[in-house]
Amino acid sequence: MLLQFERRDTPSKTLVFATPFIAIAITIILSSIMLLIQGKSLLTTFFSFFIEPFESTYAISEVFLKFGPLLFIAQALAIGFRAKVWNIGAEGQMIMGAILASSVPVYFTDSDSVFLLPAMILLGAFGGLVWAAIPAFLRTRYNANEILVTLMLTSVALQILYYLLLGPWKDPMGFNFPQTVMFQDAALFPPIIFGFRLNYSLIIPIIFTIFVWIYMEKHFGGFKLTVGGLAPHAATYAGYSSNGAVWKSLLIAGMAAGIAGMSEVAGPIGQLQRSVTSGYGYSAIIVAYLGALHPIGIVFAAFFLSVIHIGGDYALVTADLPISSVHIFQGLLLVSYLASFTLVNYQFKPRKARIVEIESSLT
Amino acid sequence: MTPLEFFLAGTMSAATVFLLAALGELVAEKSGMLNLGVEGMMAISAAVGFVVTYQTGSHLIGFIVAGAAGIGISMIFAIVSITFLANQVATGLAVGILGLGLSALIGKNYESFTVTAPASIQIPVLSDIPLVGPVLFQQNIVVYLTIVMAILISFCLNKTRLGLAIRACGENPKAAESLSYSVFKIRYGAVAFGGLMAGFAGAYASTIYTPLWADGMIAGRGWIAVALVVFGTWKTGRIFLGAYLFGMVSLGELVVQSFGLAVPSQLLTAMPFIVTIVVLAIISSDRARLRLHAPYSLGETYDGSEPQ
Repeated sequence: MLLQFERRDTPSKTLVFATPFIAIAITIILSSIMLLIQGKSLLTTFFSFFIEPFESTYAISEVFLKFGPLLFIAQALAIGFRAKVWNIGAEGQMIMGAILASSVPVYFTDSDSVFLLPAMILLGAFGGLVWAAIPAFLRTRYNANEILVTLMLTSVALQILYYLLLGPWKDPMGFNFPQTVMFQDAALFPPIIFGFRLNYSLIIPIIFTIFVWIYMEKHFGGFKLTVGGLAPHAATYAGYSSNGAVWKSLLIAGMAAGIAGMSEVAGPIGQLQRSVTSGYGYSAIIVAYLGALHPIGIVFAAFFLSVIHIGGDYALVTADLPISSVHIFQGLLLVSYLASFTLVNYQFKPRKARIVEIESSLT
Repeated sequence: MTPLEFFLAGTMSAATVFLLAALGELVAEKSGMLNLGVEGMMAISAAVGFVVTYQTGSHLIGFIVAGAAGIGISMIFAIVSITFLANQVATGLAVGILGLGLSALIGKNYESFTVTAPASIQIPVLSDIPLVGPVLFQQNIVVYLTIVMAILISFCLNKTRLGLAIRACGENPKAAESLSYSVFKIRYGAVAFGGLMAGFAGAYASTIYTPLWADGMIAGRGWIAVALVVFGTWKTGRIFLGAYLFGMVSLGELVVQSFGLAVPSQLLTAMPFIVTIVVLAIISSDRARLRLHAPYSLGETYDGSEPQ
C-alpha cells in the first residue's frame, strides 16, 4: 500500500476546521485542470464564480435568495446524517411541499386573505412531512432502506408534479406551458427590498438554524441522536430509541424541505412549474457535509455554495461554461471533503514505522 | 412480430441494463463495498459509450471505452473510501453526483443525436419457432453475454477460491487478512469490476436499448440496480429474476397503450419506482433472512484494526 493511515488517539480539532478549506483548495485545483482541458480562461471563469456574485446589490440579493433554502434543508439533513439516517430525498419532499402549498392559490385564485400565506406554509410543511413519513414508516416498520425509498419517492414526486402541470393544474391561459397560473400577491412573500426577488421567507431558515444549534449543542435530544449515529449499540444500551431517531430525523427534514419548496413557489418563482426545486435537495447534502454537520459550519457552507450557484449562472454568460459545471464542482467538493476528512481521525503512518512493524512481524 | 412477442423481447432487452449493473454491484457488495454511485457510473459511461460509438461507428469500441470510463470513476470511489477510509454511503453519493455532472458535460454537444443499434443475432431454425423464437433467439449479442456473465459470476463467487476471498472480505475483513488475503487489493478489484459492469450497462442503455443521447437518460435505473441486489438477497439467481421482473415493469407503458387504457403516462413512468419501494419493504421485513444473506461487513470502513 502506497498510503497508510493510523488512527489518532483523539480526533484533531484543528483539522475539523481546516478540512473544508483543504477540500475547496483541492476542488479549485481539479476544476482548473478541467477548465484548461476545455480551453477556458481560468481568470474569466473564477472571476465569474467568486467576484461577480458580489459586484452588485442585485447579485448579492440573489446569493441570499439561494442561501435560504440551502441553509434550511442542509440544517435539517445534518441532524439525520449525524444519526446515520440517510435521507437523500429532500428533493422529493421539497416538490411535495411546493405542490401542496400551491393548491391554495390554484383553487382560490381570487382570494387576497391574509391567511393565504400561513395556510401555504402549513400545507408546504405537511406535504414534505408526509413524503418523509413514508420512508420513516417503511424503515421502522418494515426495515426498508431509507436511502433507496427516499430516492425512489423523489422520482414519484416528480411524476406527480408533471401530471398536475400537464393536466388539472395547467394554466388555461398559459399557452400550453406546463405551469400553473401566476400566484396573486397575497400568496407571495413580500420582498425585503422593493424590486428584488429576495423576500421575507429568509427569516424561517435563520430561526430554524438558531433552534437547531440550541437543540444539537445544548439539548439532550441532540446528544441522543449523535450517539445513535456514532455508536448504535451504546445508544440502544442506554435506552435511546433508534426508531425514534429515524422518525425525528426524517420528519424534521421533510418539514424543512416542504417549507423550502413552498418558499420557492411563493417567492422567486411565483407559480408551480417543472423546475421548482433548482436541485436544492441534492446541493443541501453537500452543504451539510461541507459544514462538518455542524449548525454553524453549515451556515458558512450554505453561503459558499450559494455563491457558487450564482457564480455558475454568471459563468454561463461570461465564460460560456456549461450548466453541468456547477454540478461537477459540487461533486468534486464533496469527494475532496470526504477524502480530506480522513486526516481528522487518522494520520499518515510514517514509512519507518511501517518497516519496523513488518520486521517485528517477521521475527 | 405480434405485440406479445414484441413485449417479451423488449423485456429481455430492458432487463439487460438492470442485470449488468446489478451483477457488478453484487460483486462489489460481496467484498463489503457498498457503492451507491452506480447511477453516476452508468450515466458517465452512457455518455462516453454514445460519443465513442457515434464517432467510430463501432459498438465494440464504444463498449470498451465505456467500460474503461466506468472503471475510472469507480476508482475515485475506491481511493476515497478504501485508501482514505471515508464513509462509503457519502462517498458513493458524491461520486454519483460527480458522474451525473460529467455525463452532462461529455454529452453536451450530442443532445438528441442517434446511432444505429447493431443488428440482432438470428439463431437459425430456433428463431423461426413462433413466440419463443423472436423472444429468445433474436436478441442482441449483449443480452446473451449478460446471461453468460450471470452464470460465471455465480460460479466464481460460490465455487472458486477467488469467490471465497471476495466473500471473506465482505464478511470479516480482519479474518480474511489473517488468511493472508489482501483486503485492500480484493476490494479495489471488486469495485473496479462493479465499475466495468456499470459501464457496460450505461453503454447498452445509450447505444443499443435506446440508441440516442439525452441528458439524464439513465433516469434512476442505476438506483433500481442497487435495489435489485437487496431484492435478490445477494444471490445471483434471484437478482437475475428481479432484473427480468423490472424489465417487464419498465415496459408497462407499451402494454397499457396496446390495450388502449386511459392511464396517465406519469403513473406508468413512476411504476418501477413504486414497485421498488413495495418489493423492498416486503423483502426487508424479513429481518432475519436479510441479516443472514447480507455481507456482514457491508458498508463498513476497514482500517486494519479490530472491528469495534
